[in-house]
Amino acid sequence: MNLNLSKSNDFNVLTVLDERIDAHNSADLKDYILRLIERGEQNIIVQLEHVRFIDSSGLGALLSGHKNTIARSGRFVLTNIQQQVGSMFELTRLNRVFEIYAGVSEVSNE
Amino acid sequence: MCSEIIQVDVLIPTHTKYLDLIGSIGERIVKELDNYSGDKDALAYQLNLVLTEATANVIKHAKDEHNENSVRIRIHLHDNILDIKVFDHGQGFDLNKVPEPDFEDPKENGMGLFFIRSVMDSVTYSRVGDQNVLEIIKYLN
Repeated sequence: MNLNLSKSNDFNVLTVLDERIDAHNSADLKDYILRLIERGEQNIIVQLEHVRFIDSSGLGALLSGHKNTIARSGRFVLTNIQQQVGSMFELTRLNRVFEIYAGVSEVSNE
Repeated sequence: MCSEIIQVDVLIPTHTKYLDLIGSIGERIVKELDNYSGDKDALAYQLNLVLTEATANVIKHAKDEHNENSVRIRIHLHDNILDIKVFDHGQGFDLNKVPEPDFEDPKENGMGLFFIRSVMDSVTYSRVGDQNVLEIIKYLN
């Protein structure tokens, strides 16, 4: 899995560089996010600008990150979701579960 | 509308690295539909998704249950009907017993079949001879 980690204000910005998140790399993404949380980094932005395809296992990996950050009173935010990928969130109603912003700069510091 | 006839029969190893390949074949087929009047980008994504989910399912169970080293997928387009068959030699499962996802308390697993059912018109799973066939149909008109 190709990922890039940077900092923005109080957030870890995890940019997914792969075009696809499917059963081949979703476990890597899930593990990476879990290790980040275990290091005490519970404010995470996953930047999905490059991702043009996500399947159910990819959504599952993001859901795992969401649940584990919320359990530690952190924030788990998704940004830059492409249109077709966004339709997957709508289909599963996960757009009501995740905090979603158009871009990293728009994530508010609550 | 499209009157093309395309049949693609694919045999790939039961390894998740080939999901991209099978999904991409689905997307490319959609590009060939000159007369499709709907949203082609959405259809391309849906076909990629359905092929990815169905194949991933076979790969997962092949690893868990039996040492099947390849999975066969047949994509058939005829008379505005897109007919996908995914074959496996596993124990099989009861399609009707697969629960809908709980939208109020979403889980990390169990969304694959829901996606297939949501974006296609018909999904059946049956035993044919010594193998199981997941058949997924979408009417394009």
